[in-house]
Amino acid sequence: METLKALGVDVETNVIIGKTLTIDELFEMGYEAVFIGSGAGLPRFMNIPGEAYKGVYSANEFLTRSNLMKAYREDPDTPIMKGGKVAVVGGGNVAMDAARTALRLGAEKVYIIYRRSMEELPARAEEVEHAKEEGIEFHLLCNPTEILGYNNPDDPRDPKNGFVTGIRAVRMELGEPDESGRRRPVVIEGSEFEMDVDAVIMAIGTSPNPLIKSTTKGLEVTKWGGIIVNEDGLTSREGVYAGGDAVTGAATVISAMGAGKVAAKGIDEYLSSK
Amino acid sequence: MYRIVRKKPLNATVTQMEIEAPLVAKKAKPGQFIILRVDEDGERIPLTVAGTNPEEGTVKIIFQIVGGTTEKLNHKQEGEYLQDFAGPLGVATHTDGIKKVCIVGGGVGCAIAMPVAQEFHRLGAAVTSIIGFRSKDIVILEDEFKACSDRLFVMTDDGSYARQGNVTVPLKEMLEAGETFDMIITIGPLIMMKFVTLAAKPFNIPVTVSMNPIMIDGTGMCGGCRLTLNQDGKRVTKFACVDGPDFNGYEVDFDEAMSRNRMYMDFEKHAYEKACNLLAKGEN
Repeated sequence: METLKALGVDVETNVIIGKTLTIDELFEMGYEAVFIGSGAGLPRFMNIPGEAYKGVYSANEFLTRSNLMKAYREDPDTPIMKGGKVAVVGGGNVAMDAARTALRLGAEKVYIIYRRSMEELPARAEEVEHAKEEGIEFHLLCNPTEILGYNNPDDPRDPKNGFVTGIRAVRMELGEPDESGRRRPVVIEGSEFEMDVDAVIMAIGTSPNPLIKSTTKGLEVTKWGGIIVNEDGLTSREGVYAGGDAVTGAATVISAMGAGKVAAKGIDEYLSSK
Repeated sequence: MYRIVRKKPLNATVTQMEIEAPLVAKKAKPGQFIILRVDEDGERIPLTVAGTNPEEGTVKIIFQIVGGTTEKLNHKQEGEYLQDFAGPLGVATHTDGIKKVCIVGGGVGCAIAMPVAQEFHRLGAAVTSIIGFRSKDIVILEDEFKACSDRLFVMTDDGSYARQGNVTVPLKEMLEAGETFDMIITIGPLIMMKFVTLAAKPFNIPVTVSMNPIMIDGTGMCGGCRLTLNQDGKRVTKFACVDGPDFNGYEVDFDEAMSRNRMYMDFEKHAYEKACNLLAKGEN
């Protein structure tokens, strides 16, 4: 950030495009080109029973609380559930990050629960190795079907009511390849089992945030909500460029940086030709 | 940084502040909220906009001191600054086609109900307001409600001021006497909103409730504010920050929402004591 500021870039915080200001208002204010790099958005949940129990986090929420809001500190202002047994659902880089963060926050056990096998696991090999080294247990070919919680029928005021106690899951086997080319996981009949956990972190992906799309007329998006751009990073709106997770869906910082460079070149050519 | 232009206590634990935030002041509509951070290491908390002055560029917030962060916020004085103040967030309260409305506010929720009542009054709707408090010493905004309501009922739980009883008492009386409304909008503790919804149900009057879950970013990124709606026999997850904060009262799973709001109760108690201790030390 300091490097950017030294280059003469003004940074305006607390401006939520789509709410505080719209893309159109930026043009009215005199900006001639806009780049949208608003990133990955709304976290997905599995839509299984029990996801509203206390102790179920999206990876976004868990990592935001810990990293950005500094809940990792000794006596933080922002709370987070620490310790106990933690299950992380998903097999991507974000799942590895959440699992290792949970461990460092003091969890006694951290499990990765992934519905396919190690071979299909999408996280980078280094991430997986580091996770294993730190003692994270991989429960592969497992899929949660329900999150279990504590409910004391005799005392509605029991402070433990509504907190996570476990996960019910089924074991999977790999069938024929699906449209992604990966072998489709199929439920093994009668394989249901339960695990005791105190927290569950859902790291099964995000869908793009609709805030900018819904407030910018003429900005075209794909059916899953990603902003459509051409090879120069230009969107369907003149002078509006985009890149990164807002375009591709959740991906790596490396690919987002590439998209930024492409769009910067596109913007430079666009402004020079005006 | 966002300057505190004016500060005034409304009762022993509720404070009103006007914050310099011109972009938010220009955009905010009744029912929307902001997220603030008192200082750099602070927690992010959502507060509903209690009014705006676009000419002056200020936004009014009213908050109750309930934990560490609100205690720290209350300790800030006029002329001092807040670290962050982002908004307006959420969807504004729908006013279209509503000609006759009943606004039911409880406790500090009245601070949020007030701009909604004022907006309906400004739009020419007939406004009935019911505001309820635990006791006389915490009654707030009575004059403001009087000015924007065609009819106003003030209630206290213990009868120490105005009429004794909770907010559903005059609501039920009106409905049983054949009164109808295009919409009942209720803002306050979850348990109160649940009972207002139950009271309205036999009379088939639409109820809008304003949900107040725990939030972080307020833009849909974390899902911490999720709640469950019962829609056509299906359970549907919504995010209060982007889909709300207003929801159809008949669909909301209040019991789940109440449970989720108690997630960090122990932590919050500790944070409050910590803030009190720290601030007390700072004064010595």
